[in-house]
Amino acid sequence: MSIAERLPETPRGRWLALSATAAVWAGAYWVNGWIWDRLLYDAAGMASTARLTETVHFFVYDTVKIGLLLTGIIFVVTVLRSYASVERTRALLGGRREGVGNVMAAGLGVITPFCSCSAVPAFIGFVAAGVPIGVTLSFLIASPLVNEIAIGMLFSLFGWQITALYIGAGLTVATVAGWTLGRLGVQRWVEPFVFETKLGGQAIDSTAGLTFGERIQMGAEEVATIFRKIWPYLLVGIGLGAVIHGWAPEDFFTTYAGSGNVFGVLIAVVIGIPLYSNAAGIMPLVQALHDKGLPMGTLLAFMMSVVALSLPEMILLRRVLKPRLLVSFIAVVGTGIVAVGYLFNALLA
Amino acid sequence: MIIKVLGPGCTNCVTLERVTREAVTALGLDARIEKVTDYAAIAGYGVMSTPALVVDEKVLVAGRVPTPAQVRELLASPVSS
Repeated sequence: MSIAERLPETPRGRWLALSATAAVWAGAYWVNGWIWDRLLYDAAGMASTARLTETVHFFVYDTVKIGLLLTGIIFVVTVLRSYASVERTRALLGGRREGVGNVMAAGLGVITPFCSCSAVPAFIGFVAAGVPIGVTLSFLIASPLVNEIAIGMLFSLFGWQITALYIGAGLTVATVAGWTLGRLGVQRWVEPFVFETKLGGQAIDSTAGLTFGERIQMGAEEVATIFRKIWPYLLVGIGLGAVIHGWAPEDFFTTYAGSGNVFGVLIAVVIGIPLYSNAAGIMPLVQALHDKGLPMGTLLAFMMSVVALSLPEMILLRRVLKPRLLVSFIAVVGTGIVAVGYLFNALLA
Repeated sequence: MIIKVLGPGCTNCVTLERVTREAVTALGLDARIEKVTDYAAIAGYGVMSTPALVVDEKVLVAGRVPTPAQVRELLASPVSS
């Protein structure tokens, strides 16, 4: 039995379930710190200054905190995003010229509900509707790069300034990278079948006309789907964060990757590109490294390279992009992320 | 009745296929279920968000997995338009 079938059927029942869940969520978030203090320090009698205690505390506290934050953020984001759709985005972008089109595509890439498994049909659909390749690429770059879950997590953990920088930087990279690739005349490096595919005339809007109950159902299912997919990454991320938090010497990272190291950002991005994790899984690690004094620009660049450029998505895009364009794609986006990292380190220093 | 499940094989596509098979069995329909994984064919239906459910060449659902009850409803009332 799926979650959807366990949800109440009546509007009243739904509102009750929703309010009850929200109350439990808030309560759990509120007692999280207190309960681990009592359990570890008082009940288990662990010294609050010992390294092991700090590591264990970080792990259990962050697992619950990040888990709760993710649940809330994924649910709210999915329900909100269900009011947009790829079909409407395409209609908005159809016939747009480059430039304005790239800016719009980057913005729409953030709010449109989109799974990277749909990247190929969406690419074909956009091109068939007359959306320029560069504009389509801006959309495909922004979609994973400026991730709403990452926005919510950054806001909860670091405040609005860092969040605003992240959104602004991500949109700029997506806009400029898409525009640059469009300027390079990359049409010839798109697989020919893309241009030959004719769209059927019966495209339906995937999210239009849903009831509020169905949107809530989508939100609940998305929470379950994402958790089922990312929990190992999440635990590894929090585990690494906990170890770094407890055991890494105070100056270890600042010596090797701090603002004093000119290659810090570059190294972070080179490490981040082949790593594949969800924005959510990487966040505990970013938090622990930030506490150890790593500059925010380096960390944001690391996070962006992990979420924006991943092997599975590159394999998918290879179906529509010839190797040459795929390499240019990685190079242009990677360069943009590196630039963002250095810029932020300079700005925030 | 020919039912097609459109999708390259992601988790949601597998779920939609399972839900559809269950609905067909529950309703006792005489239907053939086909999987469409070819991207050009999927795009040919005008579908940009997978998975999608196509009954007798008409796209009924795209971009989400409907509940089993919704699938039964969709399959029970033959395409009217």
